Amino acid sequence: MLKQFKTDLHVHTCLSPCSDWDMSPKKIVQRSLDKGLDVIAICDHNTAENVGAVMKAGENRGISVLPGIEICSKEEVHIIALFDKLDNTLAMQDYVYANLAGENKPEVFGYQVVANEHDEVLGENPRLLIGATRLGIYDIVEKTHRLGGLSLSSHVDRTAYGIIGQLGFIPPDLKIDGVEVSYRVPLDKVGDELPGIGKLPSMTASDAHFLDDIGKVWTIFVMAKPTTREIQRALQGKDGRRIKI
Amino acid sequence: MQVKDLIEQFGLEVAAGAKGLEREVKDGYCGDLLSEIMANAPESCVWLTIQGHQNIVAVALLREMAAIIITGGHSPDDETLQKANQEEIPLLLWPKSAYELAGRLYALGIGNSQSEV
Repeated sequence: MLKQFKTDLHVHTCLSPCSDWDMSPKKIVQRSLDKGLDVIAICDHNTAENVGAVMKAGENRGISVLPGIEICSKEEVHIIALFDKLDNTLAMQDYVYANLAGENKPEVFGYQVVANEHDEVLGENPRLLIGATRLGIYDIVEKTHRLGGLSLSSHVDRTAYGIIGQLGFIPPDLKIDGVEVSYRVPLDKVGDELPGIGKLPSMTASDAHFLDDIGKVWTIFVMAKPTTREIQRALQGKDGRRIKI
Repeated sequence: MQVKDLIEQFGLEVAAGAKGLEREVKDGYCGDLLSEIMANAPESCVWLTIQGHQNIVAVALLREMAAIIITGGHSPDDETLQKANQEEIPLLLWPKSAYELAGRLYALGIGNSQSEV
């Protein structure tokens, strides 16, 4: 049976250097519930070390937490990889870490806090998570698919780190599953405001770096269950699955 | 001045698009944000960038550029080399900073309206 799922598929945690300290696993889950979200996805910059903690914090709370990672390509384009299982996400993280240079300077870029499901600080991530990887957009999309994930181009309406801003247009042979638009573009206006996305399916998410931004915008997916396969079918409008605008 | 004259002058390496070396160079432009380049780069310019993605060839065609120069020792993707050969857009390599090359091009009179007078 198909149901409606209110989703925010792009939420950062306190591990992203540009994110607020308050973006801890328990608080993210609580705020998401307060906002009536059925599904969230955790996508920190170039890391997934807090994903497991948010998934645990969300267990038996009536919310699904999907694991993800937002990767910065060498072209400085942000691409989201979404998975169903933590293992695949951590395999993606290994691939990213192997291609990410530099050390963080917390006083310049912000603190990168690793936390557990009880909101206890476990430590700091020393990597330069704000940086760009050596991976091209094709590498990232291919690896994501090989690991069974969904590949979405982040905030395509934004000049900074959006694919259209960085690369002028979306390469037609790039096999992304869809695009994310920021809160600035309502989903029913995407066709008019962003002709550059062509026939690619679009969704919207908050890209929240602060608690108050969680659920600022959302996408309602009509699907059987909150899995990446179902999300993909909804993006494609297959088998009755769809995005409700 | 033609692209081949610049190659000779600065010792640029031709990575691809060797069939376009007789294109006329009238101006110059720098930048890595392709949306901005698509909007503003002048016709017949040499474009200095570190982006190596194949979209740069499409941008160069759109703006009717003379050549693309990849600066700072960055390397273009393989697909980019193929596209540049196919479209006969010279893709040149410069190991040092864009700043230095831009300064030298300008001193040579490229894109410098005062010296053209």
